[in-house]
Amino acid sequence: MSATSDMASTSSTGARDRWKLRIPARNRTSKAASVVFLGSVLLAVFLLVLLLSVLIYRGWDWLSLDLFTEQASFTNAVGSGFQAGVLGTLLVVTTAGMMSLILGVGTAIFLEEYAPKGRFTLLLQTNISNLSGVPSVVYGLLGLALFAEILNIGRVVLAGALTLGLLILPIVIIASQEAIRNVELGQRQAAYAVGATRWQVVRFHVLPGALPGILTGTILAVSRAIGETAPLLVVGASTFLLFNPTGFFSQYTAMPVQIYQWTSRPQAEFADLAAAGIIVLMAILLTMNGFAIYFRQKLGKNRW
Amino acid sequence: MATETRAEQKAINAGMASQIKESQGFDSVDSVITIRNLDVFYGSFHAVSDINIDVPKNKITAFIGPSGCGKSTVIRCINRMNDLVPTARVEGSIIYHGTEVNSSRIDPVEVRRHIGMVFQKPNPFPKSIYENVAWGARINGFKGNMDEHVEQCLRKAALWDEVDDKLKDSGMTLSGGQQQRLCIARALATEPDVILLDEPASALDPISTLKIEELLRELERNYTIVIVTHNMQQAARVSDQTVFFSLNDQRQGVLVESGATKKIFTNPDDHRTEDYVTGRFG
Repeated sequence: MSATSDMASTSSTGARDRWKLRIPARNRTSKAASVVFLGSVLLAVFLLVLLLSVLIYRGWDWLSLDLFTEQASFTNAVGSGFQAGVLGTLLVVTTAGMMSLILGVGTAIFLEEYAPKGRFTLLLQTNISNLSGVPSVVYGLLGLALFAEILNIGRVVLAGALTLGLLILPIVIIASQEAIRNVELGQRQAAYAVGATRWQVVRFHVLPGALPGILTGTILAVSRAIGETAPLLVVGASTFLLFNPTGFFSQYTAMPVQIYQWTSRPQAEFADLAAAGIIVLMAILLTMNGFAIYFRQKLGKNRW
Repeated sequence: MATETRAEQKAINAGMASQIKESQGFDSVDSVITIRNLDVFYGSFHAVSDINIDVPKNKITAFIGPSGCGKSTVIRCINRMNDLVPTARVEGSIIYHGTEVNSSRIDPVEVRRHIGMVFQKPNPFPKSIYENVAWGARINGFKGNMDEHVEQCLRKAALWDEVDDKLKDSGMTLSGGQQQRLCIARALATEPDVILLDEPASALDPISTLKIEELLRELERNYTIVIVTHNMQQAARVSDQTVFFSLNDQRQGVLVESGATKKIFTNPDDHRTEDYVTGRFG
């Protein structure tokens, strides 16, 4: 009661002209803001659900094991699969992921733990940030020139893998740097204070602490690589291939390339087959993300 | 009015005097660490200027003074932790058992094994209690019986009885005070002879703080201890020697006065010290 009268007296004794509280109006604005944000979430979810429903509606009947066991047909959609694409994608993407993980974590450790904070490091950092924004087709051209032509390994699995590896390298570096930076300073200091060398600090404290973040970042980057089509087309993934890749120096195709090829065919059945292909691609992608979440939870709970 | 305040302060001083630790004279005992003409810069900022301290063997030396006056900066020079700050530059001499520590020819890794450190915020590794203690010993090539070594360190840190049945549990599951004693055990594991404590109790409750203080008095028999503290009563209770820091006109940390704790708290030479310990400033 007294509080209310105090509040009333504050606003009545001459303070009225200096304070315009407008509490109901401020609350209305606050409410309106929350509605706007809820709206943007709902719109995003709606579009996603719409996309998925269209895909499932068109592709569901075409989902069959044939997709994994058969090769692509260009005349008859029924019974056609894309085994070469599935295997090609798995091979290319795991190789790219491994490469970017090793190079990326190494780079991130150097930048965060070893590099002196100077102009050179800043230049490096800026370049890495910029590289993560370069269109993927540019990486395709780089891969074509560097790997396929100059190193002369041809338009093979390895060239595609190296290209995609480069494409996601900046993402892996930035995610790893973030994870490394999030390891508490107190942990580093404690380790140094008992006489650990820099490497012992990195190996036993920084890396284990950063590992969940590094793995999550890498798997999300690989998820991006799995859907990339343009750089693979440039660097020589075949759109017409009826045999599985046999190794790093084999010709290859990939799932998105095959899906792209199907959508460009005139027959409507091929478009539906492409929808089924996309469902498979997304299922693989979600599985990988699931692994990422599992690893993060597992490592986050009992580190060591 | 002024005289009354003066009298009150005298009374407070007298009250505190009963708490001040009684120490035997140590003017002649050998100093383990001798700091001479120490200056520290962070980039172009001159953080502390011309510090001279002798740290006596098997005694507790307290660094007190207002915030930002360089106590922590100085204590971190002793085990070369400032090497980890890219912009820091340390000039001057820090002699530890006759060896110049502040020299590029001395490996800080070697220094830190002999001069352990405990930090303000308890920071156990996210490992088991056992591993928290064992790790420092193992990376330094400890070849003895590790189980015994871990038990010994935990006993010295007055923690063994509270954790002997859960050595495999994470160090993070302990209370704040227990975590800090675990950090002390971890520091003891490399068998140092000096232990630096940078405000070790400022994040702890009064009971845990008291336990840490008791522990320090226990450890004093075998170790040389340097403690930075914001808490003057703490300095009075545990330390034999007190070093008072303050800021000069250029906002550099300087050493105002150092000496036996009893003298600093009851009969300081410098009026700034008196103002600080009587609570009129800071």
